[in-house]
Amino acid sequence: MRVTLRGTRGSLASPGPDTVRYGGNTSCVEVLGDAGTALVLDAGTGIRPLSSLLPRDLKRIDILLTHLHMDHIQGLGFFGPLHNPATEVHIWGPASTTQNLQARLKRYLSPPLFPVRVTDLACRLTFHEVPCDDVDIGEFRVSSALVCHPGPTVGYRIKSPKGRVLTYLPDHEPALGVLRFPSLPREWTSGAVLAENADLLIHDSQYTNAEYASRCGWGHSAVEQTLAFASLAEVRQLVPFHHDPDHSDTVLDEMFDEAMQRANPAFQVTSGFEGATFDV
Amino acid sequence: MESVSEREKRSGGAAISSQKSIELILARQLASCLAMPVGIVDAEGTLVYYNEQAEQVLNQRFDETGDMKASEWTTFFTIEDLDRKPIPVDAWPLVVAYKDQRAVSQIVWLRSRDEAWRNISFTAFPLIGQHGRFEGAMTIFWEV
Repeated sequence: MRVTLRGTRGSLASPGPDTVRYGGNTSCVEVLGDAGTALVLDAGTGIRPLSSLLPRDLKRIDILLTHLHMDHIQGLGFFGPLHNPATEVHIWGPASTTQNLQARLKRYLSPPLFPVRVTDLACRLTFHEVPCDDVDIGEFRVSSALVCHPGPTVGYRIKSPKGRVLTYLPDHEPALGVLRFPSLPREWTSGAVLAENADLLIHDSQYTNAEYASRCGWGHSAVEQTLAFASLAEVRQLVPFHHDPDHSDTVLDEMFDEAMQRANPAFQVTSGFEGATFDV
Repeated sequence: MESVSEREKRSGGAAISSQKSIELILARQLASCLAMPVGIVDAEGTLVYYNEQAEQVLNQRFDETGDMKASEWTTFFTIEDLDRKPIPVDAWPLVVAYKDQRAVSQIVWLRSRDEAWRNISFTAFPLIGQHGRFEGAMTIFWEV
């Protein structure tokens, strides 16, 4: 599969000269299978330019939402295939304890927040709620599980027919309430089984240690926690993701360099740049 | 129903662990931070965690016992009501919360392995997760 980062920023889009390299668009990852299956992970602002980059003859596309915070759905209404009657679009995402996925999304895709209603979208649209049993989406087998982040939030494990695994945990605080992380085995660590032995892990790394100390419980990880989580899960390659909107390219370079020097991980770490592509 | 990891284990795939639900993980993390005794059973009734304060009341350490099936942990204690009549296991607060999936509070006499009787107030409640999925039960208890 080919994995391309279309939006790497967390919380709020932050375009500008200070964020040119890492990018300013919010969470969105494109996954294209060898047999042509197209997945889009989250619908942050990075999804808008993706519309024109997808294969023109694409008949079906699946959008896998981890949760419904604004930075993960803000681009949804600007995604071209949603307005194409010839396209079959499947949206996967978590329900809440009181509302189904469609009702939750309608709160954004309706006036006054957005001029176009869900019912007005031209595509053939189907909603699917997660977490659910493993499902086959085209050539991929997709697993989902609730993970530690405020509100219903899932992570995804996407397995190709060749057995290659991509794990996507863009908003994740597995260290919440743990004095020394990680101190528990994988089975007791949020998201760790989804990430187990993954060939590529895309994971939240929003904060420095100092920032995490004052933002504990907000649902995100410090870079060092992300490195420790990836080590626990024994992944092959890690992409730190969901960069804080206040972190410039220079700050991010320094954060990752310092964390890498301290952790000296046994796996490959590749900075999460917008536009970066990985062949998994 | 076969889980992701079970299937991958059977098929020789990469994932081999069995993930606890986020509800149980968060319950355990909360319990580990609380300064009052807490115990947690999972959906199979296995005692999957009790915290340091509970260790003092129960007179045993979780690191030493590890997970205990219901047939095991229910033999560790004797519980009597305030009239000193034995309470059958099925009527223990944590067992009621687990079995009937309802909250329950009760003050009882409890004797654990140190043979000392303690007057204990139990509050137990089921853990109902997303989509109404039953994840187990949790009890908070302390001497009164």
